[in-house]
Amino acid sequence: MTFSLPLLKPRPEDARPAWEEPPSPLGKSAKAVVLTVICAVMILPFLTVLSTSLASREEITASGGFVLFPTDPTFEAYTTILSGGLVTRAVLVSIGITVVGTTLSLLTTVGLAYALSKRGVPGSKPVLLMVLFTLLFAPGMIPMYVLVKELGLRDSYWSLILPGLINAFNLVVMRAFFMNIPEELYQAARIDGAGDWRVLTRIVMPLSKGVIAVVGLFYAVTYWNAFFNAMLYLDDSGKWPIQVVLRSYVVQGKAITSDQLGVTHMAPPQSISMAVVMLALLPILLLFPFLQKYFSKGVLTGAIKG
Amino acid sequence: MSSPATERRVRAASPPAPAPARAGGRTLRSRPPLARRLRDNWVMLALMAPGLLFFVVFFYVPMLGNIVAFEDYQPFIGFKDSALVGLANFQELFADPAFWESVRNTLAFAALQLVFFFPAPLALALLLNSLVSSRVKKFVQSVVYLPHFISWVLVVALFQQVLGGAGLVSNFLRDHGFSALDVMTDPHAFPLLITSQVIWKDIGWGMIIYLAALANVDQSLYESAAVDGANRWRRMWHVTLPAVRSVTIMLLVLRLGDVLSVGFEQFLLQRDAVGARAAEVLDTYVYYHGVVYGDWGVGAAAGLVKGVVGALMIWGANKLAHAFGEQGVYSK
Repeated sequence: MTFSLPLLKPRPEDARPAWEEPPSPLGKSAKAVVLTVICAVMILPFLTVLSTSLASREEITASGGFVLFPTDPTFEAYTTILSGGLVTRAVLVSIGITVVGTTLSLLTTVGLAYALSKRGVPGSKPVLLMVLFTLLFAPGMIPMYVLVKELGLRDSYWSLILPGLINAFNLVVMRAFFMNIPEELYQAARIDGAGDWRVLTRIVMPLSKGVIAVVGLFYAVTYWNAFFNAMLYLDDSGKWPIQVVLRSYVVQGKAITSDQLGVTHMAPPQSISMAVVMLALLPILLLFPFLQKYFSKGVLTGAIKG
Repeated sequence: MSSPATERRVRAASPPAPAPARAGGRTLRSRPPLARRLRDNWVMLALMAPGLLFFVVFFYVPMLGNIVAFEDYQPFIGFKDSALVGLANFQELFADPAFWESVRNTLAFAALQLVFFFPAPLALALLLNSLVSSRVKKFVQSVVYLPHFISWVLVVALFQQVLGGAGLVSNFLRDHGFSALDVMTDPHAFPLLITSQVIWKDIGWGMIIYLAALANVDQSLYESAAVDGANRWRRMWHVTLPAVRSVTIMLLVLRLGDVLSVGFEQFLLQRDAVGARAAEVLDTYVYYHGVVYGDWGVGAAAGLVKGVVGALMIWGANKLAHAFGEQGVYSK
């Protein structure tokens, strides 16, 4: 997030043009109120969860469930769930799926997008049409389920990765970006004797770091957030990723036993639930500030050229 | 493709007849033979292959798998050997009042989203665009983008913590002598809840594209409008809004095409709390009838109806956009 230090003098782009009338005091304060309320509504839930996950047992009992400002923060809930039981395993599963899935998705997406962005590759036109058609019509849940089952992927982590390996929208974004690279660069590289592979790895990919970062983030978020596929394809609760655990024990409110957590002493259940929520949230919060600057660029390339 | 006539003319124009397309010489008109093009592009083809394989296996094969909709599918036999039953599944589907209820719910939620969620990002973008301080703009953007990236499970969990029967607001109300709030389990409040969740999660994300369109407006247009005496509202009406017109129409077309998918996970996650009558939409109907109750054929039939109607909607909405002289999602 952009928490830059306050600058002492106003930057030139912050100046109001001479012809524009300054807003009325009423309009100005109305805007300020609306924006403050919007930001508060967005942030408050996160704050509640964070605070409650850090609150002590006494404080939770005293407040009747929720704490907004813990006076005596403790990491008890986190040490409880991270000591090797159900939640720890789910977090590891989610991390593994996210890392493997994102890598494979990026490799295949870059490859296909690059091949579809160049002229003269045999078959690229029909393949592009095939891809674009998938944006209009999805095969449907039942046929997908039947396919995954008949491929023998049920109860396998591959069932969380393979069915969503490439997202057609991400592919279109990336292809549009590749097509915007000036043709002269390709020709210059060719004259220097670079083959297709070299051009891709030495010229195209370094120039496309931004779009690769954005698409990678989109994939990573999708894998991390995957809930329905896991629920559908994994019967064995030992294989559950974090989102399914979150659903069972936080949304549906089943109690997590100390047995499942692999501990004897437990933090208060309320802060345990909230600590699970925080764990599911953490990677997103960590990635977000780094990739944010690429968002609008990446999204717009796709939206406008798509 | 060169027609014989043009070829003859070309030959006539250059008396010493040139050798027709020398080997290896790439002219505009003639392409090298396929075998050679395949050999020249083998790296590209190898790069393309895994992606192509993915689309064939996970889109086009299951597309054929929609045959389940016409079968009495038995999981243990497999879809190749299950008995074909023609349109029986569709007859059963259309005779099922629960199906029509899910259709009604889907359309109702879609209408709510169209009225309340669709304009929200545009409104926020206009508000942000009217700010002068780029620091405030960026801060608000960072805050409102964030919820887009968290899963529906998390969104529902967060809403429970704030609005649920044991949540923050309820606690506050109880402490101050009011009765507790129970939004999360109230079927009557459910449409409102669903819509506000969608707005909370995606208002910021939806705003990006409008902000970009607004940033591309030629500033001198505002200046000349101001010189001509247009106040800020007139400038908004005559300069700003026309600038976002085509983006808005494109997004509207996309939204209409997707009107039958109102948010599957969101409904699935909250169906238990408010009951099927309030929360059943087409997608959850497919899931419960097909996967949970094992009525595979009927579930697949419902999914197929949804897919076909959805594709027709995109096509129709796009036609409509063209009729209004806009580009729509794809051009003619």
